[in-house]
Amino acid sequence: MSPAVWLGVAALGGVGALLRFFVDGVIAARAEGEFPIGTFVVNVTGAATLGLLAGLALTGDALVLAGTALLGSYTTFSTWMLETQRLVEEGALLTAAANALVSLGVGLGAAALGRLIGAHL
Amino acid sequence: MPGRDRRELAAILAGGAIGALVRVGLLQTGAAGAPSWPWITFAVNILGAFMLGYFATRLQERLPLSAYRRPLLGTGFCGALTTFSTVQVELLKMLDAHRYVLAVAYAGSSIVLGYASLHLATAFVRRVRAVA
Repeated sequence: MSPAVWLGVAALGGVGALLRFFVDGVIAARAEGEFPIGTFVVNVTGAATLGLLAGLALTGDALVLAGTALLGSYTTFSTWMLETQRLVEEGALLTAAANALVSLGVGLGAAALGRLIGAHL
Repeated sequence: MPGRDRRELAAILAGGAIGALVRVGLLQTGAAGAPSWPWITFAVNILGAFMLGYFATRLQERLPLSAYRRPLLGTGFCGALTTFSTVQVELLKMLDAHRYVLAVAYAGSSIVLGYASLHLATAFVRRVRAVA
């Protein structure tokens, strides 16, 4: 990859993290209950968008920049695990299990749907 | 915008940039081909979960509150180093190839080991505190 692409990876990686911070903040501020809906919305929308890019058959530098750098940074695995583990510590076992399994199931469905839409555009 | 906010946003941007560079750099070493075990994504996710467990516990429970450490290391670096969307598309490709056992093993072990590593890091930080 060229230096310009690496620079783009750094910039879009940073933007993806900021975007996650804002979306999570807006959603979490409006939500009630203990389910970590902010991270859930971030991860599901990111999975749908990455699926869309896959459906559009994006390849090469464009896929690295928009997919791996931007959406890869926007979505997060570590916070998903942190929130699940903290729910278990608080004794909210059902919510923790729901957070782990519903995120995975809905995320996979969102990626599949995004890819289907992308393939028909 | 107050100074603390700008510093927080700059920290997230910087941490996110570094996390993405590390992840993309590691992924460049792998070859694309038939869907097999995505070792790089798997490794950064487990390692990133461990680091976030460490940082989140240590910064929240041990060190004085800081305006930029948590956004830099947690939200920025660990958040961007690890990824959820890539895992979902990797799983889709496995399902496309009818490699169902691989898909279930990949999804299951990512969650179980990611959870366990974060739990271990948390317990480690708290044990050090209890001894100190």
